[in-house]
Amino acid sequence: MSKYQVNQKGYYGNFGGAYVPEMLYPNVKELQDQYLTILDSEAFRSEFAKLLTDYVGRPSPLYHANRLSEKYEANIFLKREDLNHTGAHKINNTIGQILLAEKLGKKRIIAETGAGQHGVATATVCALKGLECVIYMGEIDIKRQAPNVARMKMMGAKVIAATSGSKTLKDATNEALRDWINNPVDTHYIIGSVVGPHPYPDLVARFQSVISAETKKQLQEKTGKSTPDIAMACVGGGSNAAGMFYHFLDEEDVRLIAVEAAGKGVHSGETAATTQLGREGVLHGSRSLLMQTDDGQVIEPYSISAGLDYPGIGPQHAWLFQSKRGEYVSVTDDEAMKAGLLLTKLEGIIPAIESAHALAYLEKLQMDGHPTIVICLSGRGDKDLDNYMNYFRF
Amino acid sequence: MKLHKNSKDLLSIYFTAGYPTLDSTLDIAEALEKSGVDFLEVGFPYSDPVADGPIIQESSQIALANGMTLSMLFEQLKALRSRVSIPVFLMGYFNPVLQFGVENFCRACKDVGVTGTIIPDLPMDEYETLYQEAFEKNGISNVFLVTPQTSEERIRKIDQLSSSFIYLLSSNATTGNQLDVQQEAEAYFQRIQSMNLTHPVIIGFGIHNKETFKKATTYAQGAIIGSAFVKQLTKNTDKKAITNFIQSIRQ
Repeated sequence: MSKYQVNQKGYYGNFGGAYVPEMLYPNVKELQDQYLTILDSEAFRSEFAKLLTDYVGRPSPLYHANRLSEKYEANIFLKREDLNHTGAHKINNTIGQILLAEKLGKKRIIAETGAGQHGVATATVCALKGLECVIYMGEIDIKRQAPNVARMKMMGAKVIAATSGSKTLKDATNEALRDWINNPVDTHYIIGSVVGPHPYPDLVARFQSVISAETKKQLQEKTGKSTPDIAMACVGGGSNAAGMFYHFLDEEDVRLIAVEAAGKGVHSGETAATTQLGREGVLHGSRSLLMQTDDGQVIEPYSISAGLDYPGIGPQHAWLFQSKRGEYVSVTDDEAMKAGLLLTKLEGIIPAIESAHALAYLEKLQMDGHPTIVICLSGRGDKDLDNYMNYFRF
Repeated sequence: MKLHKNSKDLLSIYFTAGYPTLDSTLDIAEALEKSGVDFLEVGFPYSDPVADGPIIQESSQIALANGMTLSMLFEQLKALRSRVSIPVFLMGYFNPVLQFGVENFCRACKDVGVTGTIIPDLPMDEYETLYQEAFEKNGISNVFLVTPQTSEERIRKIDQLSSSFIYLLSSNATTGNQLDVQQEAEAYFQRIQSMNLTHPVIIGFGIHNKETFKKATTYAQGAIIGSAFVKQLTKNTDKKAITNFIQSIRQ
């Protein structure tokens, strides 16, 4: 077993575990006991593969970005998760989890969402399977992301406003956990990122690992070599990065670069740069790096991108950071917005602002010997048009 | 101490330290003891209390805004044993304890005379492998929760790891949901009662008035009231109001 993967006890190094109150213990235990058996079963695997092909539209292309490569003097490939059904990598995980929920006999699905991408991906698979769906979303995010709220409602989901705390993603997650406590038997919680109690970080990473599995194959076909010099992705909780890194973790000559959102600057007080500012702590069921006060109160993060606006990071990322297997860097709102516009102009692709964070790091990267770089283009920018319009005054 | 397997009708009250005002902690504790409460749970607030319903969430938020921290609480509790003699348990989430340092936390509890702790999101396994020693060395009794879904095997293990009482949740729920004693709940209470555990069982979550207190104490050695009391504090914190509240449960 790779030293970068979860161990028998649900930990990555010191990070991970299942710090849940007794009320959630049976649910979490059920998942721990059953997820590997279910995921390994032939029935699950064939249905998962079929839906990824016929419904999501996989494999997603690995696109050689010619003009971007020319500009940065590198060989840059974009893994086009933005072309998936519902417009982001999130659907890889929700497809997997809805099949798992079905096998566990669950009748009702809950999820949290920030910008609404995971909420839409969850509402989508619930419509696909005819299961009841309740999405928790911060009151402030509901106002900021009206089109995604409408999408979820059209698909039959009930969207409940999280009105506690900062009224954003962290609080939506709290509300989803409270719902699960109150509905322990018939409900499955589809967590959207590689966070939460064990086995969620591993479960979600496995579903997202299709990103690097395909990348390897596609790189082999296109370049004659299955590994890049560098694999890059943005990271909030870290699900697209976990998927992009998964099959390269043990290929130690592949540099893994995770780009966090520095917001208005790492030391501006308005940031989501968790590895820069975080200390070991426990939030939402796992021990990881966490932005917090000396007293252990969680600090509200900030990023222009709602998908990266989270005060923690998945425990596997905390471990990759601590063990130095991964390089964790950050870019500001301004740098990300510029990179988003640049990709649009050079390649005709409008990226999600989350994904634009990964692109922005190209500016800072030392390009030695024309490296081959794969960047996970985790989502499309349609949901961010308002943001782009306001920022650039189009 | 009255927390004993043969105890009857024990009443415990939960309130959040630093709520409604930063300095109200000990005044409330003292008033509760004088009103005849048997033991106390003093909550230390956390920004993300996932096991709590709206009432305790709000009291936690206000307490934090008032400036309550674990260090501040231990500072206030230096005067605890000159004013309060009943057992006092600190209740809160694990992250503030982790930042304070588990060892330091246990020592600070001992120094001010705290009886024990209730930390819902500190799992039994982690407690056993990493922290049990620190608690026991300082004589701090950590309390575990039992829910309707907790297996008998696990309850036995909890009984073994406990040293004061077992916190029985009336239902699988966050705090502040009102207990509705259906046949199902009665069967569950009876099941626990018939297990004849070593430690006293105290029922919490959803106990909010005389009827629910009476119902719970039919099956257990005592019951805990949290949200209903915190709600009362929102309206009125003077000693008379606190006494009246306790009398309305006890009479």
